[in-house]
Amino acid sequence: MSVVTLKINDIDVAAEAGKTVLDAAREAGIRIPTLCHLDGVSDVGACRLCLIEIKGIPKLLPACVTEVAEGMDVTTHTPQLDEYRRMTVEMLFSEGNHVCAVCVANENCELQDVAIEVGMDHSRFTYRFPERGVDISHPQFGIDHNRCILCTRCVRVCDEIEGAHVWDVAGRGAAAKVITGLNQPWGDVDACTACGKCVDACPTGSIFRKGSTASELDRDRGKLEFLVKAREENQWTR
Amino acid sequence: MSFLDLDEWLFEVAKFADIVYSPVASDIKDYPEDVDVCLVEGAVANEENLELLYKVRQRTKFVISFGDCAVTANVPAMRNMLGSSEPVLKRCYLELGDKTAQLPHEPGIVPELLDRVRPIHELVEIDLFIPGCPPSAPRIQAAIEPLLKGEQPVMEGRSMIKFG
Repeated sequence: MSVVTLKINDIDVAAEAGKTVLDAAREAGIRIPTLCHLDGVSDVGACRLCLIEIKGIPKLLPACVTEVAEGMDVTTHTPQLDEYRRMTVEMLFSEGNHVCAVCVANENCELQDVAIEVGMDHSRFTYRFPERGVDISHPQFGIDHNRCILCTRCVRVCDEIEGAHVWDVAGRGAAAKVITGLNQPWGDVDACTACGKCVDACPTGSIFRKGSTASELDRDRGKLEFLVKAREENQWTR
Repeated sequence: MSFLDLDEWLFEVAKFADIVYSPVASDIKDYPEDVDVCLVEGAVANEENLELLYKVRQRTKFVISFGDCAVTANVPAMRNMLGSSEPVLKRCYLELGDKTAQLPHEPGIVPELLDRVRPIHELVEIDLFIPGCPPSAPRIQAAIEPLLKGEQPVMEGRSMIKFG
């Protein structure tokens, strides 16, 4: 195992080569907000919340998909980065229809948590109020596209851990949405094993168990990480 | 209702503040001039709301956007996803109406619905945001107490700025 040394917020950090800046920062006890990152599945840099500054690189890079390098000088929090993070979260709220008061994930929502973390008391952007659908054709689960932030955690967890690849992303720009099967009603997709990993992976109230009422959806995030560890390192307890 | 949950602390507020206008706590019909602080709750959904909001802003030093409906437009704005006020009115008064189904139209008496429900900061300048559905009594107290002393409250963390 080769080790590289770098600076994160002026603190000297040693990290295993090939690790991401996000991993290195976490090991050093430095918190960077994330939404699309999920322990146990690959990273895609979709939400841009973990953007960081690296000395000598003129643009901001997402910490979750940027590998550590020898001598790297990383800054994770500046007034500008904090402002960009807050704007990103405000845009997420304005872009979809996130009505916390009537959401199954109220109080158990990562989007809500991140809004608190970045200090968002209102959105400075005009709300779009897009017209989006809800699919409750699956006997056990439902997907509410109004609350989806396109983090693609469901896509990755279903593909990489369950191996079913029921989820995908279709469309472009504002019309982009997660789909099941070949854009079929979820209940018609034979590949779905009804394992519920997508429900556990979803950061908002978008994918839910049927019958859950407002503020009731509490997920088991640790389950996914446990499954990966169990397979890779033969650790079958948690 | 959440404001009334402040219980006996309301007596403390009463020592410093006069209530000069409220839809529930006073019977004054016109919004007065020279108001120090106003808590505006609810989204702007009809012409009357809009008119009152402009008047409030004009006559108030410090306007607070109070609760999720005022801050995000929240549940009332769920009709925005249908495009305009028309589908809602039709569903309500025509499709689900009884024998005398008709759209309400009484200018000057029944305020017309706006096509889009909006959070108040999209229309006027706001001095403080207190989110929450509803904001809890401790949150309201923590936001208002400093204002009574002429200080700005710190709106940070789960206890002060969580939506929902």
